[in-house]
Amino acid sequence: MGFLSRFFKVENSRKDAKERLQVVLIHDRADISAGMMESLRRDIISVISNYMDISEEGIELQLEKEKSSVALVANIPVLRVKRPKADAAKEEEKPSRGNRKKRNTTRRK
Amino acid sequence: MDTRIIVVTSGKGGVGKTTVTANLSACIAKEGYSVVAIDADIGLRNLDVVMGLENRIVYNLVDVVENGCRLQQALVRDKRVENLFLLPAAQTRTKEAVSADQMRFLCDSLRGSYDFVFVDSPAGIESGFRNAVLCADEALVVATPEVSSVRDADRIIGLLEADGKESINLIVNRFRQNMVSKGNMLDVSDVSEVLAVNLIGVIPEDDSVVISTNRGEPLSLSFQSPATRAFKDITDRLLGKDIPLSLPQNDEGRGFLAGLRKMFKL
Repeated sequence: MGFLSRFFKVENSRKDAKERLQVVLIHDRADISAGMMESLRRDIISVISNYMDISEEGIELQLEKEKSSVALVANIPVLRVKRPKADAAKEEEKPSRGNRKKRNTTRRK
Repeated sequence: MDTRIIVVTSGKGGVGKTTVTANLSACIAKEGYSVVAIDADIGLRNLDVVMGLENRIVYNLVDVVENGCRLQQALVRDKRVENLFLLPAAQTRTKEAVSADQMRFLCDSLRGSYDFVFVDSPAGIESGFRNAVLCADEALVVATPEVSSVRDADRIIGLLEADGKESINLIVNRFRQNMVSKGNMLDVSDVSEVLAVNLIGVIPEDDSVVISTNRGEPLSLSFQSPATRAFKDITDRLLGKDIPLSLPQNDEGRGFLAGLRKMFKL
C-alpha cells in the first residue's frame, strides 16, 4: 500500500491533519486534564483489581473519536484472572496476557 | 444609528486578523458605511501600518480611555476612503493599561455614531482578548487551514460561546486550492466541519495581500486579485446579501493540464 501510494503520488496529509485535529479537539472540548485522566486510570485499576490482576504499566487509556461519537478506549493487559470466591476449588486459570477489556476499537497509530 | 461592533479574532497569532480587519473595514467603508477600526493589540500596534495610517497618529486608544484626549481627536481619518477611521493602539503600554470598564465606556461612546466598528483582537486568550470581545455583538474568527490554527480557533469559539456571543462567523484565510487538490491541506469543508460554525468567507493565499500591506494600501482600493474578490464577498455577506460560496482557484496554475484538472475537479 505504501509502495502503491508512493507510485501514484497519493499524499494525504490532509486526512492526517483532520483526524489528529478531531482527536485533539475532543480533549480540548471535554477539558479533560492530565490529572483527571490519571485519577480515572487509578479508579479503573482499583475496580478491575477486584476481579483480576492487571499490568498497571501496560494500561493504555484514550478518548477516541468514532464517526460522531467519542469512545473511551482502554487497553488493559490481564495477568491473571482471580478465582471466583464461591468456587474456590476450581483450578487456577492460566495467565492470559494482552486481553482487551472494555470497548474493542482499533487503535489509531 | 444602529452600530454593529464586530471583533476579529483567532487565538493564534499570524493568521491574518489585522489584514482581515484592515481590508474589511476599507471594503465596507467603500460601500458607503461609516467604519471605525480599533486596534486592540495594546503594545504591539500594527493595524496602523497595514492600513497605511501610521504617520498620522497623534493620540491612541489608551489616551482616550485615560481621558488624555477626546475620542474624536484620536480617530485617524483615512483620506482615501470616506468615512473610514482608525483608533490606534498604544505602542508603549501593555494590555493591562486598559480595564474592562474603560473598554465598555469606549464602545458605548462609539455606539450610535458609526455603522460599523471592527475590533482587531490581539492573539491569545488573556486580558487583551477579553477586552477586545467585551462589547462585540458579532465575532469573525480567522483561521488558516492548519492544525494549530484550527485548534486555537476552536478554543476561541468555545470562549466566545461561553461569553454568550450569538453571531460567530468563520473566515478561512490563506487557503491554497492546489495543495488541497493534492490532498495536502485541510479543505474548507474540513475546517468548517471541525469548528461547526458558519463559514462567511474564504480568502486565498495571494501575493497581492503582501504587496498591499507593504504599501499600506487596502486591497479594495487598488488591487484586482482573488483576495480582493474574497473580501468583497465577505463584505456583501456581512451586509446581508446572499452570495454563494465559491472557492478561490487562484493558485491552481494555468495551462492545459490545470484546466483539465479543474474541469474534472481533480
